[in-house]
Amino acid sequence: MLVLTRKRNESIMIGDSVEVSVIEVKGDQVKLGIKAPRDIKVHRKEVYLAIQKENIDASKLSIDRIGDIGGFFEKKKKTSEHPPHKKKHSE
Amino acid sequence: MKIKTKPYGEIEVDEHQRIRFPEGIIGFEGILNYFLLDSREGPFYWLQSEEYPELAFLIMDPRIFRKDYEIEVKVSDLDALNLKSKDDLLDFAIVTVPEDHSKISANLMGPILINRRTRTAKQVISENDSYGVKHYILEEMKKKKAVLRETG
Repeated sequence: MLVLTRKRNESIMIGDSVEVSVIEVKGDQVKLGIKAPRDIKVHRKEVYLAIQKENIDASKLSIDRIGDIGGFFEKKKKTSEHPPHKKKHSE
Repeated sequence: MKIKTKPYGEIEVDEHQRIRFPEGIIGFEGILNYFLLDSREGPFYWLQSEEYPELAFLIMDPRIFRKDYEIEVKVSDLDALNLKSKDDLLDFAIVTVPEDHSKISANLMGPILINRRTRTAKQVISENDSYGVKHYILEEMKKKKAVLRETG
């Protein structure tokens, strides 16, 4: 890992298009500004990891667990919310 | 056409049910092709992988238990889906069902957005920090009822 020391209002460039600047330093908190093209995803790592873990947990669903969960919900969904059988847009 | 599904075995699906995730789902990045299936139980749908019968996600409209749920995402996420009109947008939350069914939860932090015109989809990260990855559906429904009783 490359380690650089920066002061407030200084920045680093990653490639030609990503700039990370130090906006503010307060105790153990650092406020960073990130300038990046729209197609580059910038996320807090823990958020990304939390979603990844939740997806993996969700994928482990065993089908015999499904049987009774429908009973938790009184209302049947509206048919209008059913998307894929919508009319073709060419029609 | 026929595909093998996790919940229902081999079933007939229509090409219109095909949903493509050009970037995959977070944690499942290499898997791009899914079918959106109606579920036979409750207010759910399935996102069934085309290539891997064992991979299917249970999904739902989060407004079933959170009427006030609002999508807040980056413009770049909407651009990635080439969304031209709000009417083309569908959004779902992935549902997790643990051993204890009463702890069924929905992920409101990483919703699935679908452009229903192009049938492309993307899992995005909510810009609204108050949404988490585990909203206990039954608990939140109960809370809502309690509030209704108090006010009504």
